[in-house]
Amino acid sequence: MKSNFLKFTFWKVVGVIIIVAGLFSMYIRFTKGLGASTNLSDAFPWGIWIGFDMLCGVGLAAGGFTLCAVTHIFNIEKFKPLTRSAILTAFLGYILAICGLMFDLGRPWAIWHAIIMWNTHSVMFEVAWCVMLYSTVLFLEFFPVVLERFKLVKLQKILKSVAIPIMMLGILLSTLHQSSLGSLYLIMPEKMHPLWYSPFLPINFYLSAISAGFAMVIFESYLSARAFNHGLKLNLLSTCGLISLIFILVNFALKIAYLTVTGKLQYLMIPSSTTYLFYLEILLGTIVPGFFLSSKKFRDNKKYLYFSSLFVIAGFLLNRMNVSVTSLAAMSTASYFPSVYEISVTLMLCTVGMWAFKLITANFPVFEEEREEEIPESALEPNSKPLTISE
Amino acid sequence: MIKQKGMLYDITLCVGCGNCYNACKEQNKLPETNKDFLKDHLSDKTYTVVEQYGEHYSRKNCMHCQDPACVSVCPVGAFTKTALGPVLYNADKCIGCRYCMQACPHKVPRYEWSNLNPRVRKCILCHDRLKQGLPTACSEACPTGATMFGDLDDLREEAKKRLRENPNTYYQRIYGMEEAGGSNVLVVSPVPFEQLGFVSNLPKQPLPKLTAQAMEKIPGVVGVGAVFLTGMYWLTKRKNEVAREENSKRTGSVNNEK
Repeated sequence: MKSNFLKFTFWKVVGVIIIVAGLFSMYIRFTKGLGASTNLSDAFPWGIWIGFDMLCGVGLAAGGFTLCAVTHIFNIEKFKPLTRSAILTAFLGYILAICGLMFDLGRPWAIWHAIIMWNTHSVMFEVAWCVMLYSTVLFLEFFPVVLERFKLVKLQKILKSVAIPIMMLGILLSTLHQSSLGSLYLIMPEKMHPLWYSPFLPINFYLSAISAGFAMVIFESYLSARAFNHGLKLNLLSTCGLISLIFILVNFALKIAYLTVTGKLQYLMIPSSTTYLFYLEILLGTIVPGFFLSSKKFRDNKKYLYFSSLFVIAGFLLNRMNVSVTSLAAMSTASYFPSVYEISVTLMLCTVGMWAFKLITANFPVFEEEREEEIPESALEPNSKPLTISE
Repeated sequence: MIKQKGMLYDITLCVGCGNCYNACKEQNKLPETNKDFLKDHLSDKTYTVVEQYGEHYSRKNCMHCQDPACVSVCPVGAFTKTALGPVLYNADKCIGCRYCMQACPHKVPRYEWSNLNPRVRKCILCHDRLKQGLPTACSEACPTGATMFGDLDDLREEAKKRLRENPNTYYQRIYGMEEAGGSNVLVVSPVPFEQLGFVSNLPKQPLPKLTAQAMEKIPGVVGVGAVFLTGMYWLTKRKNEVAREENSKRTGSVNNEK
C-alpha cells in the first residue's frame, strides 16, 4: 500500500508546529511550575485550562449523550448513523478535558485522591466522579465499534446486552455533571458580574451544552463528509440544527426572564467591554443561529447549516469564557489573559483531538450504523484491510 | 464544651506598628517579603498584612468563617473547620484545583505558584498555640489591644458593647458578624468597611448554602430521570414494534388479495 503519511500538506505542517510548541509548553509547565508557565495569580486562580479545556471540552462533548438518548432511549432509529461519531467526539472530548486538567492541577499526581477522600458537599467532587464514571461509560459505548472492526462477535454480544442500562447511566451522569459545571460558580455570587451570575447557572449550562452538542454533530459530520467523501445525512443534520435552536431559545428565554425579574436589565445599558461581550455572546450564539436555523430553507442547505453550527459553537465557547473569565474580571481589580504556554497547550489538545478523530474514523466503522442482524460466520475471517495512518 | 476562639480587630486602636505582621512571620517561620511591611500584601509567604487607608490601619488575614466556602468546595476535604475555630488546610490531601481560592468570599487563600509541589497558604489562627491554651501570636504582640484574642462569644459581646457605648466613634456594623454567615474574626471600625478594603457586598447567608440548594436536587433528578428514561425506552420501543407489526400485516393482506 502506498502510504501518504509522510506527504506534507499545509494543515499537517501547522499541526506539527502546534504540537511541538505544545510539548515545549508542557516541559515548561512541569519543570518551572504554574507560576512561570501561566498568567494565573492569587486573584485569578482559574484560567483557560479550566474555562476552555474543561468547561468547553466537556460541554461540546454533550452530543454523545443526547444522541444516545435520541436513538436508544427515545428509539428514533433514523438518527443511528450519527450516534457513533457523536460518541467518539464525546469520548475524545472527555479524554482531552482530563488531559487539560492534568496541566491545571497543582498536584496532578494526587488526582486519585478524589476516589478515596470524599467531600460530598463539594460540586467539584461530584463533577470528578461523574466525569470519571462517564468516561468509562463512553469507552463502553464506543468499544463495540472497535469490536466490530476486529469482528469479535462474542464480546459484541455481551456489550450489547448491557447497552441500554449503560446508555441510561451515561445520560444521567451527563445531566448531573453538565449542569454541575455551572453549579461550580454558584458559590461566588459577589465575585461574578450580574449579567452572568444566576441561580439558574446549572440549567443554563445544561441547556447550552445540549445545543452545542447537536451543533458539534453537524460540524463534525460536515467536515468528515468532506474529508472521506461519504454522503451527508442532510435531513438528519437539519433536524439536529432545529433541536439545537430550540434549546438555544429556551436557554435565552430563561436568561432574559431572570434578568428581567431580578431587575438586572439595567446592566445591559452600561457601556463597557463586559456588556459588549455579553451582547457578542448573544449575537453569535443566539441571534445569528436563530436567524438561519429557524428557516427551513437555510437549514436544509448544507453550507448554511454548517455555518450556523459554527456560530452556535462560537457562542457557546464565548459563553463559557465569559462565565469563567469575563464575569470574574469585571468584578475584580485583577485581570487575566492567558499566557502563550496556556494557549499553546490548549491548541495542542485541540489538534490532538482532531487528529485522533480523523485517525479513528479512517480505521473504524464510525460512520456506519451498528449492525442489527447477526454477523454471518463467513465474515469471521481476519480483516485484511490495512490500518490507515493518514488521509 | 470547647469554646470557639476568635479575634477582634478594633481599627480605632491600631497605630500601624506592624508587630502583628512580624509576630506572624516569626511564628510561621516565613521569610521577609518586603522591607516596608505596609507595602506588603498577602502571599504564600505572608499570612497577615497591615494596610494603610489614610489615617486608618486595617489588618487582613483569613477570617475563619463559621461555615467556610473553602471547606465546602474542596473536592478531597483538604480543609477543615476545627472545634476551636481555626480553618485548617491539609496539603497531603490537596490535589491543587484551587477551588478554595476561587470560592473564598474574602479572597484569602494564597498559592505557591513557583513551587513544583504547590500548597495553599493562609493564616491558621495559630492552631497549635490555641491547643496549648495560648493566644494567637499576632494578638500577643499587639501593644494597643487593637487585636484582641478570646472566646468568640465574649468577643461578639465586646464588639457590640463598643459600638453601643461609643456610637459616634464607630461605624455601626460589626464586620464578620453576618458576612457570609459570620466568622471567627470580627472587625469594628470608625468608617464603612469598603473604605478599608473589605469585601462589602457579601450575602448574609453562608455561601455553601448556595451550592447545597443545587446539590440537594441531585437525588431527585437521578430518580425522576431514571424512571423517565426507562419509561420512554419502553414506550418508544413498543411503539416501534407495533408500527412494524402493522406494517407487516398490511403488506401481508395486500399480498393475499393478489
